[in-house]
Amino acid sequence: MKYQDEYRDPELAGRIIRAIGERSRTAARLMEICGTHTMAIFRAGIRSVLPETITLISGPGCPVCVTAAEDIDRAVALCRQPGVIVATFGDLMRVPGSESSLNREKARGADVRVVYAGFDALEIARQNPQRRVVMVGIGFETTAPTIAATVRQANREGLQNFFLLSAHKLLPPAMEVLLAAEDVHIDGFLCPGHVTTIIGIEPYRKVAQQYGKPCVVSGFEPVDILQSIYMLISQVESGESEVEIQYSRAVNSEGNERARKLMAEVFDTVDASWRGLGSIPGSGLRLKRDFREHDAELHFDLEVPTVRQHPGCRCGEVLRGSCTPVDCPLFRSSCTPSNPYGPCMVSSEGTCAAYYQYHGV
Amino acid sequence: MCLAIPMEVVEVEQNMATVEMGDVRRQVCLDLLDGTVEVGDYLIIHAGYAIHLVDPEEARKTLSYFKEIFDYEVSG
Ligand code: SF4
Repeated sequence: MKYQDEYRDPELAGRIIRAIGERSRTAARLMEICGTHTMAIFRAGIRSVLPETITLISGPGCPVCVTAAEDIDRAVALCRQPGVIVATFGDLMRVPGSESSLNREKARGADVRVVYAGFDALEIARQNPQRRVVMVGIGFETTAPTIAATVRQANREGLQNFFLLSAHKLLPPAMEVLLAAEDVHIDGFLCPGHVTTIIGIEPYRKVAQQYGKPCVVSGFEPVDILQSIYMLISQVESGESEVEIQYSRAVNSEGNERARKLMAEVFDTVDASWRGLGSIPGSGLRLKRDFREHDAELHFDLEVPTVRQHPGCRCGEVLRGSCTPVDCPLFRSSCTPSNPYGPCMVSSEGTCAAYYQYHGV
Repeated sequence: MCLAIPMEVVEVEQNMATVEMGDVRRQVCLDLLDGTVEVGDYLIIHAGYAIHLVDPEEARKTLSYFKEIFDYEVSG
């Protein structure tokens, strides 16, 4: 397939692997902050072909994994309200909150529907004028503009029964939190391809310049990831720290301005709470005043009891890259994809799920 | 959530396009793109919206640039 097969060429991949081996001298810990990268790295077996000097660590790049348990609790509270239809992306369904998940509520009779795009939720609202439809919006800067477009459309159509519960997150503030953390050591970032398609490279400049950490925006095929690792290692070896784009077929340095304008039109930046990282200033999105009639947080009473998480689950540390799933005593023994304790095992993009499927088998 | 593979445009109607990859066909919204989209273009899709038009020239450059560099560095 075009734009796929040529980036899976084993010949080329082999050459890059050799070049990485020759180039890498200094120990380097490189963090990927995109769940799709995490899965791609495991699927292609990239960790096993790298020299010992290079350690890849997975960061908080899986949107459902970083969704705080309290946000799941709110979504659960919503779908228990009479006449409410909750719509969300499939990945969120199985993520545990304090005492339930959307999946469990659906099994108990709640009307929870999996949608593939925000506009599908709009269609549900149009067809059910007597019901209230709440989209639970999760995802980073790639997803947020699509949801912004959805809300704006709802507003234009005067769809008063359409609401958004926004649990969207912004990635660059989380990168800074990790860089400031004492228990995490990072020498460079494999930056997320499609988040950068939207935000451009400007947000990484601070990471590169102020914190001195190289950033390379990477694509998702094996050759892309290997090239990006090579570029990162080259920077590490030469003592540089710049922002580079490997994935230039899908990312340009300015990003997608139209998508960003739409986000700015619909959302305000607010503090948000992340699983594993706590509250991060300016890392969340909430609907602006002009759109408040669609804000689920204002329309519904969403008081939820204090959050409970499975004792012993180390997802928080896994998301920070300060431990790996194999350090968790529950991993594989009691926590498995069919009986997940934490979101990192639930999500198909979660680090624990990736380790379960590919590590040491 | 994220579809990492570009999909080919097979039909465009107003602000929607039909895209295809293998046997998968989808309807995607073009509202987040500047400029026009034509049949045969490849799009990066996320949650039902096209977020980028793949740049064929850049795609080619990435591959050839690295092929050259690695030929040079590995042998040199
Ligand atoms: S293996 Fe399970 S219990 Fe352990 S950190 Fe991962 S999700 Fe949590």
